[in-house]
Amino acid sequence: MSWSMVRPWAIGVMVAAILFPLYWAAVASFTPESQLFGQVDLVPTRLVLDHYRAVFSERALGTAVWNSLVVAGATTLLCVPVGAMCAYALARLPFRGRTVVLTSVLAISMFPQISIVSPLYLLLRELRLIDTYAGLVLPYLTFAMPLTIWLLVGFFRQLPRELEEAALMDGASRLRTLRTIVLPLSWPGLTTTAILTFLYCWNEFLFALCFTLGPDRYTVPVAIALFRGQYQVPWGQILAGALVATLPVAMLVFLAQRRIVAGLTSGAVKG
Amino acid sequence: MMRDEARLGWAMALPALSVIALIALGPILWAAWESLFLHDLRMPWLGRRFIGAQNYVEAFSEPRFWEGIGHTAVFAAVSVTLEIVLGLVLAVTVDSMTRGRGIVRTAMLLPWAVPTVVVGLVWRFIFETPTGLIWFADPVAAWVPIILADVWKTTPFVALLLLAGLQNIERSLYEAAQIDGAGPWRQFTAITLPLLKPALLVALIFRTVDAFRVFDVIYVMTGGGPGTATEPIAMYTFSALLENLRFGYGSALSVVVFAVTFLLALVAIRLTGPRALVEPAS
Repeated sequence: MSWSMVRPWAIGVMVAAILFPLYWAAVASFTPESQLFGQVDLVPTRLVLDHYRAVFSERALGTAVWNSLVVAGATTLLCVPVGAMCAYALARLPFRGRTVVLTSVLAISMFPQISIVSPLYLLLRELRLIDTYAGLVLPYLTFAMPLTIWLLVGFFRQLPRELEEAALMDGASRLRTLRTIVLPLSWPGLTTTAILTFLYCWNEFLFALCFTLGPDRYTVPVAIALFRGQYQVPWGQILAGALVATLPVAMLVFLAQRRIVAGLTSGAVKG
Repeated sequence: MMRDEARLGWAMALPALSVIALIALGPILWAAWESLFLHDLRMPWLGRRFIGAQNYVEAFSEPRFWEGIGHTAVFAAVSVTLEIVLGLVLAVTVDSMTRGRGIVRTAMLLPWAVPTVVVGLVWRFIFETPTGLIWFADPVAAWVPIILADVWKTTPFVALLLLAGLQNIERSLYEAAQIDGAGPWRQFTAITLPLLKPALLVALIFRTVDAFRVFDVIYVMTGGGPGTATEPIAMYTFSALLENLRFGYGSALSVVVFAVTFLLALVAIRLTGPRALVEPAS
């Protein structure tokens, strides 16, 4: 048997291994609670929406979705423009200490989040920002800002220099060149960065767990992690919530798959 | 002209860099300072008293602290090894595909994009059949679903990183090797592995540092249990801070976590050379 005959099967098995847990969870989220741990059929015959109704009516998952959208959206809108300016300067302008700054930005993006929970908590408590949107956006900047800078430095370096240089030669100022030449070319990079930043914020758990106090401000991951039943784990609802949490990111992945991969791998791999 | 440009550079970079300095770098220093105090929010009448290195002495003589470090190290070693090996297999397989790569790539990106909390909950559900509860009751077996969940989430991402590295390798090298009569395995060990080494190292660094801050997946799968058998150091720190409200002691733990990660990253960057990390695609 040759490799070319085995390969399609190998790939099939791997794709199945990747997709099966999600499929299984999706099926279970439509299965009545009483049948969850009985015989769950691989191809379900009867689907019920009970769990989805319950998470939105009893568990206030709608509020959590809104909270997540606000916090992730605000963080992204703050980070991308500010980070883009910084990234352009680091990528293109004569910048003393470039390597030191870039290494520090990278190092900070690798910080363990837990190591700044205590000062951030004390700071937010002092500012009376515990359990507020601002009290989440501020901590989120700690990982989102380095991330946007890092991604966009990689992107700006790949832009062809010639157009900018030509404009500068013709006597356009640097700022004018930025606005008329660089910005129009940058939308793909800015969009990809925005998508990735939003993804990271949407999925964030530890800060949201530490700096919120109740369902009014929980983000989606915190809300579903803290679903509790009176006597047993409400698995149907948990999985329905999990599916709701996954839907937006899955959609982004389908829409921007190629760009996300390019953004994630451009900075990291080529030596 | 040059000087104007340099000034403009700093002016453009300053807002972002000061945000980072203020809310990321500042807190680290603050944590280091706070760790020298007895500061217990449950007992406000004690105030905030300077006690020098006493929090560190307490941490280093606390078995739960060392167990947390041990759990984290073992988790990182096992999961990262599995992820790199499986990721390499996945990458090489997908690299040789001629059609349908887009679909496979979307499937590979999905686990990375799914929230870690969701990944943990789904895998817990898969293991938590009425008879399967034994997994989570045993201090050693409980690691199996945890590591599986992490491997599931991260392996495809590692594969994507390696895939980008593979695609930079000149195809003509393989053709030449084939003419010289080298089989697939020989080609893999003589061409693929050495040329993929930078990408492998980068993946190894990022994954190891990342695995060292593991929290989400364990929090939702076992809560650190049974007992504290699966509690990583990040979770022990979390409980000192937000469950017991011991901010001085918790800050000391934070500083240790930070120092360990920092050292790991430093060693890693020394090993690969900083240029590989800092100079993207030029």
